[in-house]
Amino acid sequence: MAKGTAPTPMKRTLPLSGRHGGGGLVSILPAEPAFRIALRARPDALGALSRALGLELPVKPKSSVTTGTRTALWLGPDEWLLIDTGDKDLAADLAKVKALHSAVDVSQRNTAILVSGLGAEATINAGCPQDLALAAFPIGAVSRTVLGKIEIVLWRTGEYSFRIECWRSFSDYAFTFLSEAARDAVV
Amino acid sequence: MLLIHCPYCEEERPEIEFRHAGEAHLVRSSDIATQGELEFAAYLYLRQNPKGVVAERWRHIHGCGRFFNAIRDTVSDRILTTYKAGEPMPDLDSVLANAENTAPSGKPLMQPVASKSKA
Amino acid sequence: MSLNPKSGSNRIPGAGRLIPAKTVRFTFDDQHFTGLEGDTLASALLANGVHLVGRSFKYHRPRGILSAGAEEPNALVGIERDAMRKQPNVRATVQEVYDGLKATSQNRWPSLGFDIGSVNNLLSPLFSAGFYYKTFMWPKAAWKHLYEPIIRASAGLGVAPDEADPDHYANRFAHCDVLVIGAGAAGLAAALAAAETGARVILCDEQAEVGGALKYESGIRVEGQPGYEWAQETAQRLAAMDNVRVLTRTTAFGYYAQNFVGLIERVTDHMARPHAEAPREKLWQVRAKRVILATGAIERHMVFADNDRPGIMLASAARTYLNHYGVAVGRKIGVYTANDSAYLAAFDLKRAGINIPAIVDLRDSPSPELVEAARKLGIDVLAGHAVLKVGGTRRVSSMTVSPKNGGKTRSIPLDALINSAGWTPSVHLFSQSRGKVRWDKENERFLPGAYVQDCVSVGACNGTDGLQETMDEALAAGERMAKEAGIASKATVPKLAVTGGAAWTGGMIGSAPGAGVDTTVKAFIDFQNDVTAKDIRQAVREGMHSIEHVKRFTTNGMATDQGKTSNLHGLAIAAETLGRDIPEVGLTTFRPPYTPVTFGAIVNHARHELFDPTRRTPIHAWHEAHGAVFEDVGQWKRPWYYPRSGEDMHKAVNRECVAVRNAAGIFDASTLGKIEVVGPDAAKFLELLYTNPWEKLGLGRLRYGVMLREDGFIYDDGVVGRLAEDRFHVTTTTGGAPRVMHHMEDYLQTEFPHLDVWITSTTEQWAVIAVQGPKARDIIAPLVEGIDLSAEAFPHMSVREGKICGVPTRLFRMSFTGETGYEINVPTDYGQAVWEAIYENGKPHGLTPYGTEAMHVLRAEKGYIIVGQDTDGTVTPHDAGLAWAIGKNKSDFVGIRGLKRPDLMAEGRKQLVGLKTRNPKTVLEEGAQIVADPKQAIPMTMIGHVTSSYWSENCDRSIALALVAGGSKRMGETLYVPMPDGVIEVEVTGSVFIDEKGERLHG
Repeated sequence: MAKGTAPTPMKRTLPLSGRHGGGGLVSILPAEPAFRIALRARPDALGALSRALGLELPVKPKSSVTTGTRTALWLGPDEWLLIDTGDKDLAADLAKVKALHSAVDVSQRNTAILVSGLGAEATINAGCPQDLALAAFPIGAVSRTVLGKIEIVLWRTGEYSFRIECWRSFSDYAFTFLSEAARDAVV
Repeated sequence: MLLIHCPYCEEERPEIEFRHAGEAHLVRSSDIATQGELEFAAYLYLRQNPKGVVAERWRHIHGCGRFFNAIRDTVSDRILTTYKAGEPMPDLDSVLANAENTAPSGKPLMQPVASKSKA
Repeated sequence: MSLNPKSGSNRIPGAGRLIPAKTVRFTFDDQHFTGLEGDTLASALLANGVHLVGRSFKYHRPRGILSAGAEEPNALVGIERDAMRKQPNVRATVQEVYDGLKATSQNRWPSLGFDIGSVNNLLSPLFSAGFYYKTFMWPKAAWKHLYEPIIRASAGLGVAPDEADPDHYANRFAHCDVLVIGAGAAGLAAALAAAETGARVILCDEQAEVGGALKYESGIRVEGQPGYEWAQETAQRLAAMDNVRVLTRTTAFGYYAQNFVGLIERVTDHMARPHAEAPREKLWQVRAKRVILATGAIERHMVFADNDRPGIMLASAARTYLNHYGVAVGRKIGVYTANDSAYLAAFDLKRAGINIPAIVDLRDSPSPELVEAARKLGIDVLAGHAVLKVGGTRRVSSMTVSPKNGGKTRSIPLDALINSAGWTPSVHLFSQSRGKVRWDKENERFLPGAYVQDCVSVGACNGTDGLQETMDEALAAGERMAKEAGIASKATVPKLAVTGGAAWTGGMIGSAPGAGVDTTVKAFIDFQNDVTAKDIRQAVREGMHSIEHVKRFTTNGMATDQGKTSNLHGLAIAAETLGRDIPEVGLTTFRPPYTPVTFGAIVNHARHELFDPTRRTPIHAWHEAHGAVFEDVGQWKRPWYYPRSGEDMHKAVNRECVAVRNAAGIFDASTLGKIEVVGPDAAKFLELLYTNPWEKLGLGRLRYGVMLREDGFIYDDGVVGRLAEDRFHVTTTTGGAPRVMHHMEDYLQTEFPHLDVWITSTTEQWAVIAVQGPKARDIIAPLVEGIDLSAEAFPHMSVREGKICGVPTRLFRMSFTGETGYEINVPTDYGQAVWEAIYENGKPHGLTPYGTEAMHVLRAEKGYIIVGQDTDGTVTPHDAGLAWAIGKNKSDFVGIRGLKRPDLMAEGRKQLVGLKTRNPKTVLEEGAQIVADPKQAIPMTMIGHVTSSYWSENCDRSIALALVAGGSKRMGETLYVPMPDGVIEVEVTGSVFIDEKGERLHG
């Protein structure tokens, strides 16, 4: 089942379909579609929202919380990117919440690229100015930042794996950039 | 490229994640529609632009997205402190006193050492 | 002694560290040579007896190799890897030879040996200091047509490459606790101490191998091991540590704020056959918690007559060529010095069997130990003597020596002359870090003074002369910097015992006897820019009293070597002429880059398709398949028009425009900015951000909104739809989307934080398909579910949510063409499929795809403005005919006060009007100026300009929009547009050219 929207009879055209990049040390692949919500709320609503989502919204900068296929990424003091890579629509869960918040469906605004392998960190550091050493950017760390000339959300999903979220029309640039950077990513 | 401490992300981040947003602590009148000519002109146009310490706005636009304020010395291009939007401007004298004789990290500056030449 | 002719007749068997069997072939000026792996081009040429390698910049004087490192001012050559890869101005002392390397000399014609430009040397009075500012000032026109072309042709160095650079370059942002710059003895020791604590360490060195001075310093032992071997082993040990990165061939070229240091790693320039995937160079943008500067010192040359002759070189360079490369730079080598270290070079050469006729020491009483050592080796020491002149042009052949205070002269034949005026600590990076240098009067040198950044200098660049002191200092610095970087470690710092080597003392700055005042000899200070001692004195006499002025007037230190060997000499001569102390005259500030940096490395990945992101809509593939010509709109590629076979742009656009008004058109509006405004105070927020009233906008209704800046000028516009009490769908212009978002966030966060509302960009969540024209409803009706499309149920300026083709949609009934129209928002990934379905369904109705050009024409026919085309940041809603969009009863919105400024309310402001040319076939030029009287004297009073102008096939005439002073009161007036080929007569009209009553919108 297509993720990120309810099923429809129409063909879904994915921005990076069929692309793959990298080599021996790093693999670059488009992620599967997912449900995504841009969530905004103040501290007093977090309890209700967390209960509705079935996960504790993180309040620590640069952190994320994952339960099952669902992750809440801290982007700012009142801002989260919610991603569900399963088939549970986030919007439906949030629709019930009465507490003050803003939930906007951005499932197809964003697309994601999975960068993994021993050279992943070096590949991303070709364009991202943040310190990605494990001590500074541990597993689960997430940050909106830049990659070359675009804005991304960078999420470390493992010691050697990252998920890069960007807007759909920037994904070609991001993918091309990462593929080029992977050429000389030495560990 | 500067490192700027974002008071919301609670860490230093590279300058290219930020955007400068002009002088801080300009007050938009709650009754702006009837504001007098000179007051409005001052609000709209007049800026301190000093050589030295300024309070200015920055936005962590490619980070948490928040606007915040910074105290920066325009001579050394050092940001002396940052604080959240809406917080009062810190006491400049104490910010300056703290910054004097310290490197950007806040550690005391190295003083010149005597030459160890044998000549 | 036996020679090894294979890799050069001057290769000394048993000397140096290169392996005789590992030969490489290369050419210099098409002549074939053999060198050894590990050679620089300079060492390989010297091994083959080649000293003359180039001609100088201004006087075209023959030049040789001065140094053995990055400071080289003379030996600049062109390197040609292949037809695509030509690099000018490469320092032969840095370039490593590889098999097949092709080098050419520069700045000579027709050949290096015979150079016509060397006539400049004879004409040198013309080219004295400041010649640019004086000689060619009159007559004025001659500068452009005569002097400049000749100077440009005859000066300069290498030739810029003429092909696009085929290589790729990489970039890496890196972070570390301690960055150590320079991997000589000091840098290695510092890195070792820092690394032992577990700190993240980066150690870089510009040379191919670590070791620095240990490369030539024979007789030094570290922990009992020969110095150079210790260096290699230490580097290997460091490189094997997980927390350390060792980068050779990597120059720290710039030291920026907060320990941000730029490094350039030369990855492939030394390889015969580089791997295709390897970048040529890599830019490292390093952020270090602490920096240790271990940049060493650079030897200065002696300033004496004709000191630029090939064969004259720095003593340490000759020692490097011997001890590392196994090359004797001559067979009979004179030594001229004011410093101890040159003695060691002489001793090494002598021991290798080279004839050293004399050491000429300017000092009256050199150290007795050195003199004794020289005597033991059979070398004459002429203390208190000077070299007055030298013989030879293309290669030095003799030196003329006399006691420095006058006396009997004698000429000593030789084939090389090595010299040393002492050592200049490399404080370049320290200075770049904004640290203040201080003058060490006793030793006549600048040293690091007050630090501004978190760094420390160790070793020779800190004025620490003894090697044991250097080691102790470096180890302590490494440990301390790691600790300051926050590394808690109990590791014991190693102690490194050093034996051998000498602490260098002595030295001089400024001109030596024979090149002193009242001579016209050419005693060079700056070889690369051909600046002599005389030029500095002349600059001072002509009124340049600050070193910054002297520098610019003479160009001393302004060549690509940035005066690494010349700055102190220039300063000393200026100070002497001025009769002032050196610190009073000042030291010029060092600026990045330390050595030249390629554009490729700076640009790195940002080339070709990565130069700037190219944004494509989700329907792009369809447009491409249907022959669209694309227009760049910011970063977006938008279909401009869809030419059919045989059509030019004009015909295609006309056809598209007619189709929309007669049947229907389909247009990709996905690039429109979209912002979702959500929260109970959403309407209140929009009230503050737009001029219009929003509180009373009904659910499912749309309104055209105008956004101002605080100054009252139009900032953006767009249609806003109310989806729920607390949810609005805002659209912005394509180009305005990011700045409108920023502007909204600014007010929301800092001026109106009390409002319960948030904004989210949804530009790319929605593909937008505009279907416009009288048949629009018929075309989409069969595809839409759950929305009553009748004019009554779904009037113009409404929005409904439902489905189209089974896909959820936000269906807007709105128009930017003046026709009945819809803008169909569907989730992006479905954009293309829905577009295709609509297109198939619409084809029988004559549905025609149209591009941005037709869109522009259609909206202009209706007088709809485009922000940024018909406005320019000085246009108010009143000026643009949009006063109706300002809420009359509002007490606040951004720009409310600005609109009341006297200038914005004054009579006679430029207002938007329509223009019809008298000749309907004439299409005005956008941007053309408008005057009331074409016969007035020049400069004419311009009363406005054309903002939009098109051929309108629907009107069968040209149409235009313009901003004209007092425009609304000029209806029917005749105005004039003067153009180069005649004056165009125009009539001022209203700005709506079709369907003035707007009836077609409501069909």
